[in-house]
Amino acid sequence: MAQDHKLEIFRGLLKFKSNTQKIWGVLIFLSFVTAIEVVLGIYKPESLMVKVLGMKLLNWIFIILTIVKAYYIAWDFMHMRDETKGLRRAVVWTTIFLILYLTFILLQEGGYVFNVYDKGFIKKDF
Amino acid sequence: MSTTVVTSEAEGKTWGGGNEPLKASYGKMMMWFFIVSDALTFSGFLAAYGFSRFKFIDAWPIADEVFTHVPFLHGHELPMIYVAFMTFVLIMSSVTMVLAVDAGHHLNKAKVTLYMFLTIIGGLIFVGSQAWEWATFIKGDYGAVETKGGNILQFVDADGHRVALRDFAVAGEHERVQQERKNGLWFVGEGSLPTYTVEDVIHGFEANSNLLVRTQYLTEDGQKTVLSREESLKQLKANGKLVVEGANLQHNEYGSPLFADFFFFITGFHGFHVFSGVVLNIIIFFNVVLGTYEKRKSYEMVEKVGLYWHFVDLVWVFVFTFFYLV
Repeated sequence: MAQDHKLEIFRGLLKFKSNTQKIWGVLIFLSFVTAIEVVLGIYKPESLMVKVLGMKLLNWIFIILTIVKAYYIAWDFMHMRDETKGLRRAVVWTTIFLILYLTFILLQEGGYVFNVYDKGFIKKDF
Repeated sequence: MSTTVVTSEAEGKTWGGGNEPLKASYGKMMMWFFIVSDALTFSGFLAAYGFSRFKFIDAWPIADEVFTHVPFLHGHELPMIYVAFMTFVLIMSSVTMVLAVDAGHHLNKAKVTLYMFLTIIGGLIFVGSQAWEWATFIKGDYGAVETKGGNILQFVDADGHRVALRDFAVAGEHERVQQERKNGLWFVGEGSLPTYTVEDVIHGFEANSNLLVRTQYLTEDGQKTVLSREESLKQLKANGKLVVEGANLQHNEYGSPLFADFFFFITGFHGFHVFSGVVLNIIIFFNVVLGTYEKRKSYEMVEKVGLYWHFVDLVWVFVFTFFYLV
């Protein structure tokens, strides 16, 4: 069970001969993604500053790249790829659902509080 | 007794124990469930950070201006470089960990030992870097003046470059002496006093006509608002209350104190995880060296502690994004 790893990433686009090789391949990919993030973070291209769904496009790119990195860490380093469907879904979907829910509520509320401070007319000291 | 044995055999031993429907051992599965709950704790903290940031969306410090230092390269503005290095160290130690797990599958004791050792070194480098990062953050860089309302006024020259307090303020005669427990009330102490008083800063500001005040509010294009000379003087004289150098839980020269609070709390909590991960790795390392798993013919403990170590890396990927990039 432990020995037979699935040795392909990118949906079979890239196949490796051994598990060690796959690990180095994933490291190269993760470093590449981090390098893109750092370069974008230092130069902050003007063209990526447009707002998409209330947030800068650049920030969306950062978040998506982070999730991509998280996926490869969990799937290849933590061997989620080799676990059974049941375990994988129990761990991953539970977490994703709860995190999305929590993030949505808190960010929504934070935006509301900002609006009250910014444009509201509530007096706190009567 | 005999009847139970017969029934369990008849049912294919479904309820006889020892079943692994998820093809994972008890220990590994429990590690996964611990990781789920820890992931939720971390996301709770990060979501709370997001809440506070959305609450002060127009006045949040710009991370690129806060974390600009690299050890041994004093005076250079190099945003992101050092954190990128820390991220790389942690990913690298994750790689050596997974290589240790892989060597464990082949029951190769020498390789497991080597890779575990490298993982521990990587973890120590990371924790050390984080300590350095904290020290730099606490010490501060340019200094600022806090207003009555708790806002931060920073100083820039005509070109918009930051100017440090030590470059223009001259420390005058101080009547106020830091109170220590040994003089005055024995049970009351106080933190170290700032180098300059607000009066020193105002005198220095008046003497240098090219200085301007920068508030913590962001303009349309995400830059901090710079006030005109008259407005700067007015703000400083009317509202300046406290000189802030560096950051602690109450005051923060970079902007909102909440930024510092969350920085200390979240990176501190993560650093604590890395630290305990290193301790666990060391314990497992010695078990490997002593041949405990060799005798057991199974290196599953390395796999379990590996799961935890990768999780710490996974969390850092998110902390990195939300504190330094976004």
